[in-house]
Amino acid sequence: MTIHEFLSPPSETARRSGPHDRIVLSSRVRLARNLRGLAFPGWAKKPERLRALEIIRPAVESLPQLQGAFSETMDNLGPLDKQILVERHLISCEHMAKGVGSGLVLNKEESLCVMINEEDHLRMQALRPGLQLRQAWLAIDQVDSELERKLDYAFGPDLGYLTACPTNLGTGIRVSAMLHLPGLVLAEQINQIIASVNKLGLAVRGLYGEGTEALGNVFQVSNQMTLGEVETDIVERLNKVLLQIIEHEENSRAKLLETKPKFVFNQTGRAYGILANAHSITSKETMNLLSMLRLGVDLGEFPGADRALIDELFIMTQPGHLQKQFTEKLPADERDIIRADMLRERLRHVGRSNPKAPSSGGPALDKRN
Amino acid sequence: MLCMICKENPAKVHLTQIVGDKMQKVDLCEECAKKKGVNDPSAGFALADLLLGLGASQEIAQSSGGEDIKCPNCGFTGADFKKAGRLGCSQCYQTFADSLEGLLKTMHKGTKHVGKVPIALRHSRDLSERLKHLQKKLEKAVTAEDFEQAASLRDEIKAAKDQIEHLAPKLTP
Repeated sequence: MTIHEFLSPPSETARRSGPHDRIVLSSRVRLARNLRGLAFPGWAKKPERLRALEIIRPAVESLPQLQGAFSETMDNLGPLDKQILVERHLISCEHMAKGVGSGLVLNKEESLCVMINEEDHLRMQALRPGLQLRQAWLAIDQVDSELERKLDYAFGPDLGYLTACPTNLGTGIRVSAMLHLPGLVLAEQINQIIASVNKLGLAVRGLYGEGTEALGNVFQVSNQMTLGEVETDIVERLNKVLLQIIEHEENSRAKLLETKPKFVFNQTGRAYGILANAHSITSKETMNLLSMLRLGVDLGEFPGADRALIDELFIMTQPGHLQKQFTEKLPADERDIIRADMLRERLRHVGRSNPKAPSSGGPALDKRN
Repeated sequence: MLCMICKENPAKVHLTQIVGDKMQKVDLCEECAKKKGVNDPSAGFALADLLLGLGASQEIAQSSGGEDIKCPNCGFTGADFKKAGRLGCSQCYQTFADSLEGLLKTMHKGTKHVGKVPIALRHSRDLSERLKHLQKKLEKAVTAEDFEQAASLRDEIKAAKDQIEHLAPKLTP
């Protein structure tokens, strides 16, 4: 079975729902583990990487949680396969570049994903839709507890789980959530939020993690420190901060609607106009406009559109997914045409922007209509 | 002023961040800044990563003779760490313990792990505490010339030692 046959169609992925999924796209908890004595993947020679893979892969495959999983070595996956996995947020950009000696094990529900020989021997992650950090932690903790019976982890009594990079030392945990924050961006409050989140020792990153841009107003918030704090405290701390960010985002949206409704509807209406009528559009522009359209849908502005459709388009219009539907390799400008064709077709039944006037009388400027 | 990363081009991007009670300054050329995502106005957040990365190599560079130390297990050197910002194997943490100490302090909440411990180790930790306790009791018994109790304690100690050995990692890669 190829990875394309294994992965659920984007229409299904986009329908997964969870608490606060209006703003929180997904929750993730990742643990980094290594085998004692063996060189870390970045320093190991090929035979040693292969040895680690041979020890780890069967141990992971034997877990009850990963029965019926997709298991493959990275050299057996094509560049397009890997890109699609990145676009689905199942593997990291770093893992995409790996070949011989690295592997991937992914369960059917796409809620557990184990990368073998990424930066560390083992990078296992649990994913959940919406805000479900605790559930994700419990799931990955259980996988880890079963794996430790089969594998000899590198662990020191003082430093905890030993990782290739000292930034992951101790618990090896990275707790993160992906947030859609168009309100804070439009209200120009996002930099303030990022600064205060940073002050709490948490990182804010772009759509694809480390060193990437915040396309489509999607931000990833995660813990930075991994040593000297218990896992559950890290999870709870992040959870608390996320709930505050959600509140700020909701407040920004409400305030924008109250004070500058024309500004908001101009953004969402133009986004619809371009997406539903363009004949050529880049993936970057698409993501930024889909973000505005998603905001419009959240505000009840577009009859006939639901969030799942927008989220599906968000996946489908990315370069790898778009390319996948065509057998021959397309140059970027042709992809832009095909992307626009698809968007026009899929948005055909979405009615024109029909903003509801704010319930209590808006400011004078807005009473003209 | 030269860029702190490439050390070739003049630094044009200057950043300052206060972490805890330490002020860190970073001076970069346009190219390196771009590579690190610093020039993107919406992405002031790569800064922390950047600082952590730079901090790592600086600390290593400052620690005396760090570059010449070589890990007996994997052959990784202090110079390699300075270049990669990552270590060679789990034993490197012992090899480079001195150089890492300060670095970990600035990077993390604490310097001692307080989270999850593999269950096998948790058992052996409990056992070694029990062992210490038994050995103390044995000393007392011997001093008190209570040889009957000493004999039974000796048996218990032997059993505990056997258990610890039994728990030792079975899988040596």
